Amino acid sequence: MAVETRRLLTTSKAISEAIAQEMERDPRVFVMGEDVGVYGGIFGATEGLLAKFGPERIMDTPISETAFIGTAIGAAISGMRPIAELMFVDFFGVCMDQIYNHMAKIHYESGGNVTVPMVLTTAIGGGYGDAAQHSQTLYGLFAHLPGMKIVVPSTPYDAKGLMISAIRDDNPVVYFFHKGIMGLGWMTPNPRATGEVPEEPYTVPIGKADVKRAGGDVTIVTVSLMVHRALDAAEDLATEGIEAEVLDLRSLVPLDREAIVESVRKTHRLLVVDEDYGSFGMSGEVITTAIEGAFDHLDAPPARLAYPDVPVPYSRPMEQFCLPDREKIAAAARQLVKG
Amino acid sequence: MPSNETLRALHHQMVRIRVFEETLQKIYFEGKTPAFDIAAGPVPGEMHLAAGQEPVAAGVCAHLRPTDAVTATHRPHHVALAHGMDMQRLAAEIFGKETGLGHGKGGHMHLFDPATNFGCSGIIAEGMPTAVGHALAFKKLGRDDIAVSFFGEGAANQGAFHESLNLAALWKLGVVFVCEDNAWAISVPKDKATAIANNSDRASAYGMPGVLIPDNDPVAVYEAAGEAVARARRGGGPSLIEIKTDRLLGHFEGDPQLYRTKAEMETVTQRDAIRRFERQLIESGAMTQPDLDQVWEAARAEVAEAVEFARSSPYPAPEAALLHVFA
Repeated sequence: MAVETRRLLTTSKAISEAIAQEMERDPRVFVMGEDVGVYGGIFGATEGLLAKFGPERIMDTPISETAFIGTAIGAAISGMRPIAELMFVDFFGVCMDQIYNHMAKIHYESGGNVTVPMVLTTAIGGGYGDAAQHSQTLYGLFAHLPGMKIVVPSTPYDAKGLMISAIRDDNPVVYFFHKGIMGLGWMTPNPRATGEVPEEPYTVPIGKADVKRAGGDVTIVTVSLMVHRALDAAEDLATEGIEAEVLDLRSLVPLDREAIVESVRKTHRLLVVDEDYGSFGMSGEVITTAIEGAFDHLDAPPARLAYPDVPVPYSRPMEQFCLPDREKIAAAARQLVKG
Repeated sequence: MPSNETLRALHHQMVRIRVFEETLQKIYFEGKTPAFDIAAGPVPGEMHLAAGQEPVAAGVCAHLRPTDAVTATHRPHHVALAHGMDMQRLAAEIFGKETGLGHGKGGHMHLFDPATNFGCSGIIAEGMPTAVGHALAFKKLGRDDIAVSFFGEGAANQGAFHESLNLAALWKLGVVFVCEDNAWAISVPKDKATAIANNSDRASAYGMPGVLIPDNDPVAVYEAAGEAVARARRGGGPSLIEIKTDRLLGHFEGDPQLYRTKAEMETVTQRDAIRRFERQLIESGAMTQPDLDQVWEAARAEVAEAVEFARSSPYPAPEAALLHVFA
């Protein structure tokens, strides 16, 4: 009898492994950011890389996001493939000009003559009491602005494959990792933050959604940590005879609209779960896609469970009130199916 | 003192820039009279011309190779031309034509030219960190190419200025920061915006040499830039050069410049750096009046040819707007 060995990694280890393997393959790849060196990244995305590659390729920067993100842009144009880490996505306010006005527009403004092959990694998400300026997700805001690919993985397997794809992509890719999926020892354990990851390098295509659980009664479309919450909710729903399909978008730009339409045509019901703010964001885009492509197949108006349009409150009961969770997702799906 | 050959090259560069800018100024108003309509005519949108600032571009870029990276501002033509950008493709881009550098997608504030590693931007100080990045790449790639970041005195109060100087000095990168102080940030004069008289003094705060060129003199710019470029090339780190230059025209064409006095306008026109340089060239015997005339004539021909290329080029297909978001 063959012995099956499973290689389990946390998401943070999967990400740092992807970066390490690409750095070994391609000498142009290097990392810049605050505390990416000795510390290994505040959320572990660059853990162990300094020891492997040294300070010339794993570069701790001053707290100077405009400078080092802009530096990544220039280095990318002149032949390198930088990875720059914006510690928390909430910090984009001090450097967004470099990101959306420069990084994202140069290829277009140049009529396709200049490429900016870089990855901007950033941590997202709340649920641990970090309040209004360290808990947002904000991928919808970036996805709204043309010229950046937007990647939001949920599992260790996808995190590695998408990171390798992002590094090899000739476009700027913004890679959002949720703190709650990283498998950090100092956060509430999330069993789904550890998973099977092949040791050899592999890619997961950017722009391809993934059915994380098949079902015929309702489609739950989401990303990142909320994929885990939706899968938990789907288990509860199954005990009631409701089979939910959980569609993990994995990237918002490009958006796999076909996968959304296909799933809704099958289940006839759509719930979008989003930890990002509700208005003008991912949930609206997904629902519009379903209406445009599967209107006649819908048995109920599409629904969304998103973060309310308020800054993230500090106090635990208020923050938990705002966040989508297992129970709220199950209740919203149940409502869609049972009316 | 530079050789006569260098002096003639500086003069030639400044003259072709001046003719280009003055020609564009005329073309810009085609279709915009009698009532000024910014969207009308062959060249719509804002137009920021650099007449008066030629010594900066000519003096610095004389030391550069096409593989050196240059980042410039919303007022970029003088630097672009001095760094070797193809004038025809530049003109075509300004006309929004398919044959332009960016196939008409960028326009005059967003010029990108891989052939000369040139980029510019309409956002104040935005290109400064990019220059640091070019220099970092050159260091990593083992090339002795350098990066030059041109910016106005208004940009020196942006965070990107301070962050870029710090990072370039911290990592000892081959960047030359060139401050074009034309004394005006649109309508706000330098002394109403900056607490100190000379931005070159700020260099010491970042541990790099700072040089002040007080009089828009191309030879002085050439000599200071020569030192800074050589330092950057040999791995000696960044420098800051500030040039007190002159904006002979408005912030943009159509700017009535009500904020400038007649006396100031007369002064800057009187001290036109090209005319002053030409007097010196004749006095020193480096050039004769017929030599000078010939340079102007050749520049007019070159610019006329570029404009003709731009005018006769086709517009891009409208639906090409949807291309080139991603590689």
